[in-house]
Amino acid sequence: MADAVDAHLVADHLHLWRGQRHVLRGLYVEARAGEFIHLKGANGTGKTSLLRTLAGFLWPEEGEIRWCGQPVGRDRDGYAVAMAYLGHENALKGDLTALENLHYATNLRHATPQSAQRAVLERLGVAAQADLPTRVLSAGQKRRVAMARVLLSRATLWLLDEPFTNLDTQGVTDLAALVAEHTRQGGIALVTSHAAIALAEGQVRELVLA
Amino acid sequence: MILATTAPLRAAGLVLRRDLALAFRRWEQVTHPVVFFLMVATLFPLALNPKPSLLADIAAGVVWVSALLSSMLALETLYRADVEDGTLEQLTLTGQPLALLLLAKTVAHWILSGLPLVLAAPVVAIAFGADAAANAVLMTAIALGTAVLSLIGSVGAALTLGSRRGSVLLSLLVLPLIMPVLIFGARATALAMHGESAEGPLWLLGALLILALTLTPFASAAAVRISLE
Repeated sequence: MADAVDAHLVADHLHLWRGQRHVLRGLYVEARAGEFIHLKGANGTGKTSLLRTLAGFLWPEEGEIRWCGQPVGRDRDGYAVAMAYLGHENALKGDLTALENLHYATNLRHATPQSAQRAVLERLGVAAQADLPTRVLSAGQKRRVAMARVLLSRATLWLLDEPFTNLDTQGVTDLAALVAEHTRQGGIALVTSHAAIALAEGQVRELVLA
Repeated sequence: MILATTAPLRAAGLVLRRDLALAFRRWEQVTHPVVFFLMVATLFPLALNPKPSLLADIAAGVVWVSALLSSMLALETLYRADVEDGTLEQLTLTGQPLALLLLAKTVAHWILSGLPLVLAAPVVAIAFGADAAANAVLMTAIALGTAVLSLIGSVGAALTLGSRRGSVLLSLLVLPLIMPVLIFGARATALAMHGESAEGPLWLLGALLILALTLTPFASAAAVRISLE
């Protein structure tokens, strides 16, 4: 993470309409390197819309998103490389094994040796499932493999939409610790979750959407 | 840490290999277009008069209509699975040129749906009593034609990603655009079957392919970005 020191995300007064609904109303979010932001809010308050806007899938009607001071529209590919997005869907192919899924997903960005992929799967507790087609994995195990992709992405900015879905209690704790470790190393994480994130006071900044 | 960023062409190769690997694990889906093609082509002699002279006359038309219909049927599967499991979203976030990655997907799709038709077309033509000497022209024309269809279809498929009943819309979008392919393709085949030179229509098909190859990937990329909203 060479440029992690300068990592700086600003969502400047975003207005987003979905059909007739005014989802984001002049939202201002700023995240600096090392910040772990927990996005909270009731269903339908625009948590996913915000993450998808930050990921570049939705275009806000007003406002702009700046990454390291530059509007993201100016260098979309550069921004995409600096960012990892985990959506509701795991983006796994059921017919490919966990390792194959990681191979195709991460090598599209940069060359990743298989040993690194195995090591990350081991860290997330799914090493035994590495060579199984992901369709036979449990929902929680699939989520872990999807998270392995984020870990291998070498991205500075992590946008995680409900990453704790289907994880067991231990898995939730471990994953929160992994994200915290990423932010300690200068990364930025925006995480939506309905559950409280079990980390020490001061490590997580809460942002409530209404 | 020095980031060894993947070169765009290598990335496209990965997408191509992934789609082929997936297809080989779902063999029954891959054989669908060619089975459909053979079925439609076999129905003509049963419905019409199975007189050899008539069949030889209609062979070119039957082969072309069946081939275009069956590869259009296959178009719908081009992006659908990738949208449903979220992999298409991730493809747009790789930092690689999206047009190139989608072109790789389209090439994979052509290898799986178009290439089998190229190989099956002469079998049908010979069964209809067409002159075997025309097979080289027939195969070339079908190869060019299905490739153009896959490329134009990729734009249509990308545009209809967001809609629930996309398949009807997809046919309506693509069908008018591939009329030239049908006309020149069937013409080239008919000329060759009558022992005449099919060079003209073949060149036109080639020109259509180059046009599609240079323009459609960018249109597909723009359409995918819109549809993912």
